[in-house]
Amino acid sequence: MTSSSIAFEKARAEGRAALVGYLPAGYPDVDGGIDALKAMVAAGCDVIEIGLPYSDPVMDGPTIQAAAQQALEGGVRTADVLRTVEAVAATGTPTLVMTYWNPVERYGVELFARDLASAGGAGLITPDLTPDFAPEWIAAADQHGLDKVFLVAPSSTDERIAMTTAACRGFVYATAVMGVTGARASTSDLAGPLVARTRAATPLPVGVGLGVSNGAQAAEVASYADGVIVGSAFVRALLDNAGDRAAGLAALTALTEDLANGVAGGVRA
Amino acid sequence: MSSFGADDFGWFGGAGAFGGRFMPEALIAALDELDIAWQKAMVDPTFVAEFEGLLHNYAGVPSMLYEAHRLSEHAGARILLKREDLNHTGAHKIRNVLGQALLTKRMGKTRVIAETGAGQHGVASATAAAYLGLDCTVYMGEVDTERQALNVARMQLLGAEVIPVTSGSRTLKDAINEALRDWVASVDHTAYLFGTAAGPHPFPSLVLSFVRGIGDEARQQCLDLTGRLPDAITACVGGGSNAIGLFAGFLNDPEVAIYGFEAGGDGVETGRHAATIFAGTIGVLHGARTFVLQDDDGQTIESHSISAGLDYPGVGPQHAALSESRRATYLPVTDAEAMDAMALLARTEGIIPAIESAHAVAGTLKVAQERQGETLLINLSGRGDKDMGTALEYFNLGTAGEAK
Repeated sequence: MTSSSIAFEKARAEGRAALVGYLPAGYPDVDGGIDALKAMVAAGCDVIEIGLPYSDPVMDGPTIQAAAQQALEGGVRTADVLRTVEAVAATGTPTLVMTYWNPVERYGVELFARDLASAGGAGLITPDLTPDFAPEWIAAADQHGLDKVFLVAPSSTDERIAMTTAACRGFVYATAVMGVTGARASTSDLAGPLVARTRAATPLPVGVGLGVSNGAQAAEVASYADGVIVGSAFVRALLDNAGDRAAGLAALTALTEDLANGVAGGVRA
Repeated sequence: MSSFGADDFGWFGGAGAFGGRFMPEALIAALDELDIAWQKAMVDPTFVAEFEGLLHNYAGVPSMLYEAHRLSEHAGARILLKREDLNHTGAHKIRNVLGQALLTKRMGKTRVIAETGAGQHGVASATAAAYLGLDCTVYMGEVDTERQALNVARMQLLGAEVIPVTSGSRTLKDAINEALRDWVASVDHTAYLFGTAAGPHPFPSLVLSFVRGIGDEARQQCLDLTGRLPDAITACVGGGSNAIGLFAGFLNDPEVAIYGFEAGGDGVETGRHAATIFAGTIGVLHGARTFVLQDDDGQTIESHSISAGLDYPGVGPQHAALSESRRATYLPVTDAEAMDAMALLARTEGIIPAIESAHAVAGTLKVAQERQGETLLINLSGRGDKDMGTALEYFNLGTAGEAK
């Protein structure tokens, strides 16, 4: 058991799905980002994902791109991301880093794993690194007891789902739509079958991400998934209140509460 | 050439060295599907015959090997030009897109997307799509749409939709990001015509298979013309498709020296350049491990070059491996050196090269200083029509009566 799987387990024991919340580090600035993530923890997120802003985010839609680009323009460094992890993990909520691969490779895979672990981080979510190209990360994560959260997609074959989930620790990230990150008006009908196929391959909890933006959608996803992952909607709450940090935090808190109600109200299949 | 090619996972130079496939899981199935379809196609005589027929009858391939007598006199070496600038659409790029577009048809997909820097790959993609009846969307950095407006118009005339990319540095790398974002949402009916021998496996090997005619033809043409192999072959390197196409024909001829010329921009020492192999570090960009221009945190650094087609902060992984193994040598050529070579080739041979290809000419002139009397074969990868706006400004041309 790792800290994030314990959080999923706790939610399951309470008859609900876990709420996983994402923000990129360094937006609006490093301390502002820490305050925002702490507000999400206080309002009911069970697991936190901290994005490492990257210059070439091929899986991100306009919302997350905008915040991450502003964070980079503000001078955020990998060390700032680790400082953010340390501050958020200190709340006791499992805190993972979601990152494109190159910044980790540049930092040094083993060194990054060591520093992430000593900051209290739970592990990594790697949107552009699949287990078949991850021997260094798998070795480093195993050595430091970190979660390895790889992604499965509607286009994944059953063979690849088996290979991917076998390499995961903590939970499995199921991308519900074929597309980039971003809030969507309706949830995907690809998610349910993907979760079912993933469940058939692994006892690990399955979190569903990409597109959820409100409590009703969260409830719908919570009815078949172990976790509901929300990113762009949180980022949007901050972007819409740029220049007024109190209003941004209030919007994050309200959104978290709405989503937390949603995941609690989902009727488990 | 097996020892220089990729293994089954797309690694060049040994497992984990260069290349590979660093991609979202959502695209893995499509890359696998592409890999299988491509491998089957390349051993299917019908496909190969159709591809070669198209190249010959439609694209004007094989391009001639031309002995540049006056440039040779100037250089003190025997200079041969592989005239890819005479191909339909004006560059080597047509070879790659015809191959990939034919493969798209074979796979039953109806739409192609492409990224473009200078616009050459976009024009070639729009051309192939028009010819084969495919829908075509081209992503082009907003900065590049401004400096290559003529190519935007060409693509539009050919029926393609050109989408200006406003994210990031608004150049080629961001156009690739945006094309990948499109692809992940459209992969069931859309093929991504990757414009260079870079990106995730199988693209570096797949693109090479369609452009390697450059080198195979040049090798035979050189033997026919001179009775022997050249002493050195040269090409410009951005992503590196024209270069790898040429190099592939000579990799197993150890007596033939190989030079790739990268865009040195304002000079490598200024930091404003695109000399990825010469001055970059190993990293992962756009799906492959290769040399990258990046900062201490692994953030991509913007590249700079007067030539949009070379203005890319990464490079094809096979070039990275060829550099590491020292089979090929990669050197920078500045904007000024390239523009001087553009003018020189125009005035000595009556050939106006693309600014990309002018880098190869400039670099070869430097190499010739140490290779006097030798035979040097340059891939003249594209023609300069698209660059006349840049040349007009750079040389202050366009006013009649003012001799320059």
